[in-house]
Amino acid sequence: MREPGTTPLLQLHDLTIAFDEVTVVERLSLTVNRGETLALVGESGSGKSVSALGAMNLLPPNARVKGRRRLGETDLTTLNDRGWRGLRGGRVGFVFQEPMTSLNPLHPIGKQIGETLRLHQGLSGKAARARTRELLEQVRLPRAEELLDAWPHQISGGQRQRVMIAMAIANGPELLIADEPTTALDVTVQQEILILLAELRDMHGMGMLFITHDLNLVRRHADRICVLNGGREQETGPVTEVFNHPRSDYTRLLLEAEPTGRPTPATQVAPLLNARRIGVSFPRPTRLFARRPPPFEAVKPLDLHVAPGETLGIVGESGSGKTTLALALLRLGQGSGEIEFDGIRLDQLTGNTLRRQRSNLQVVFQDPYGSLSPRLPVFDIVSEGLRFHHPELTKADVDRRVRATLREVGLPEECASRYPHEFSGGQRQRIAVARAIILEPRLVVLDEPTSALDRSVQKQLVELLRDLQARRHLSYLFISHDLAVVRAMAHRVLVLKDGEVMEEGDCLQVLENPASDYTRALVAAAGLSPRE
Amino acid sequence: MSLLSRELSPITRRRLAVFRDNRRARVSLWIFAALFVVSLVAELIANDRPIVMQYEGKWYVPVMVDYPDTEFGGFLPSPADYRDPFVHDEITANGWMLWPPIPFSYETLDMQLDHPAPSPPTTRHWLGTDDQGRDVLARVIYGFRLSVIFALVLTAGSLVLGVLAGGIQGYFGGKVDLIGQRFTEIWSGLPMLFLLIILASLVEPNFWWLLGIMLLFSWLGLVDVVRAEFLRARNLEYVRAARAMGLPSWLIMWRHVLPNAMVATLTFIPFLFTGAITTLTALDFLGFGLPPGSPSLGELVAQGKNNLQAPWLGITAFITLSVMLSLLVFIGEGLRDAFDPRHIQHAASPSPATNESRRSGPDA
Repeated sequence: MREPGTTPLLQLHDLTIAFDEVTVVERLSLTVNRGETLALVGESGSGKSVSALGAMNLLPPNARVKGRRRLGETDLTTLNDRGWRGLRGGRVGFVFQEPMTSLNPLHPIGKQIGETLRLHQGLSGKAARARTRELLEQVRLPRAEELLDAWPHQISGGQRQRVMIAMAIANGPELLIADEPTTALDVTVQQEILILLAELRDMHGMGMLFITHDLNLVRRHADRICVLNGGREQETGPVTEVFNHPRSDYTRLLLEAEPTGRPTPATQVAPLLNARRIGVSFPRPTRLFARRPPPFEAVKPLDLHVAPGETLGIVGESGSGKTTLALALLRLGQGSGEIEFDGIRLDQLTGNTLRRQRSNLQVVFQDPYGSLSPRLPVFDIVSEGLRFHHPELTKADVDRRVRATLREVGLPEECASRYPHEFSGGQRQRIAVARAIILEPRLVVLDEPTSALDRSVQKQLVELLRDLQARRHLSYLFISHDLAVVRAMAHRVLVLKDGEVMEEGDCLQVLENPASDYTRALVAAAGLSPRE
Repeated sequence: MSLLSRELSPITRRRLAVFRDNRRARVSLWIFAALFVVSLVAELIANDRPIVMQYEGKWYVPVMVDYPDTEFGGFLPSPADYRDPFVHDEITANGWMLWPPIPFSYETLDMQLDHPAPSPPTTRHWLGTDDQGRDVLARVIYGFRLSVIFALVLTAGSLVLGVLAGGIQGYFGGKVDLIGQRFTEIWSGLPMLFLLIILASLVEPNFWWLLGIMLLFSWLGLVDVVRAEFLRARNLEYVRAARAMGLPSWLIMWRHVLPNAMVATLTFIPFLFTGAITTLTALDFLGFGLPPGSPSLGELVAQGKNNLQAPWLGITAFITLSVMLSLLVFIGEGLRDAFDPRHIQHAASPSPATNESRRSGPDA
């Protein structure tokens, strides 16, 4: 068992941050010791990123930061610009969430790491290159020599995050601030990155401030935890203590937020949707005079069926073809194969007949911010399909049904006249659900409906969806990478990897006794808490 | 105003606020609007016939109605010339006339000049006359109106055509886009100015001819902007959701995509507008524009060039054009800034979006 350090490294005392007149962090005090990981945990908007950025003077000029801040022996409150520049990237390293945008696409990787070495250590030429190589090896990147000259777009998201870590540790920082470092990555990759970070922390004796919303990760990868809510500290303490005996109500709420329960069993077996040999392939570009390369198969031909009132979960990591498959089934994207819905061959319909069928198959997308038109009030968004498919309805009828549907998804009726931006992510997703069910569809495709939401909101949405299913006898095609949510939603699951079915079967059976290695790895990485 | 702002979406309200905060653009807009309104009623300001008059106890409104000469004791059945000394004396002897502040229209030849035309500014002709003895101020007022209306109609027309072409190319993409793009490229290679000049030798170009020909080309600039916006928007999730709902393409384009593309389009409008005015002026200057005698700023510039001994012509033309174009550019800048999301964010959101507020799953 590793013994976390006790020498204080970063000390924040009564940190208060305000933007113009709005206080976002209030009197936060925390200490990161050398050689330990402190997890700063909270839901979106709790002020966890802002506190870290504020402590390091990285906020825009309209932010006011008050309170005592110390890094080792340095008093951060009195540091000048020059001092800050030497500190950031030197004594303090940063790893941010978005590996796709945090590397400059116009410079090769070696050059970007070399730049920090040149600025802080004055290394250049061969010496910088050798050190960069060494760093790439330290973050376990294969073929370090080749990667030096690779461009950011040539490597995967996980590899980019490793490059970011290499940049962060390049100058042997005392403190590493990792702001949601794995949120944008697949679960199996998340594990590897966090293990790597822990190793580097021990190797260099760094203190680590690990900002995250994911309690599952904290449980396994942090020493102490500080829970934030609405800019206020709720509770601080060793991880085991906080997880086993949470003192504040909010922490308890967070801990209990994992979606639980199971869907109502489906009774009918005759399939509502039956797809045979459905596949999606995209032609690759031909080079001049070259033979056309074989097409890229995003989804290899597969069969699937969904019974009325049943949920089929489609599980897979990014790039596994889950969304492509769903779009092909909805006839929104291209695809081949037979799609039979309620006895009608969807793949043979076109134009108006297809459009009329569409009211039976609806979809809810992942991004609650992108899936609602920002320029229409909620009433128009929800009623749009109804007004088009049923022009015979009077204004009063439409109004009544919109209100009824909003009530059904748990939103107050008066929100009909408001605009999407006035709602939180969870509420927006409810609006998207209302839009889908107002047409009384028989099947709803849910494309990662919960993955952009906080845990506690996820739980409520899952319960709503299960309720609707039981009441309306809906079938769901539930796409997700989150096994905890899938377990709470799906009757059966289909595990996809690179467009191929890895495993298919009863949800609990697959999650508890996975048959394929891939599923086993997924389940292990998800760290599902045992079912009660 | 409160009723209006309640119906506007918050983002529009924020944009209006940004525009209002830009003092230069706001003042320019007011000045330009005032000038345009004044020029719209040019007939009441500069005219060679009275606004109202009373003759032998009867009321007349010469601005609106053509009265024959015989009505006022003349011999000819043609419309009365109120500037004719005989008619003038006849009417003032038996009634009265209310003249506009500038008693000349744009085409009135002043026969009673004491200098050879072009005559310098006097109290009779505030900005002097041109080389045919017509009042420069009257011509400027009418010319301003003509230019602005021409530009307005041209901009509206280009907007319709450009948004339609760009929207269809962007929304459908693929082959439609490919063919459309090649077509617009070839089309934009045609030399508009030469076509106009050739046309001028075939027909006598009037307002509508010029408008038609320029409309054939002026929409091209918008296509790229609108197409890019539609290309981006067609893969947005709410557009997909609308498709999943079974809405037809035209409805999706109209209700979901177009409002988003309008931002880029609207910022483009002021520059289309100034472009239209400049082109019209250039054509008039070269003599291929509006028919002779029309009140045109370009013609005034040409006169200024031909009559360097009469600097009031050139100076007036220069000041009018530069004031008009500067005002438009200032308004355009204000609009562009108002629609710029960076300005809006800066003005409206006190706290930056924290990176976890838009957490996206690995499938993003």
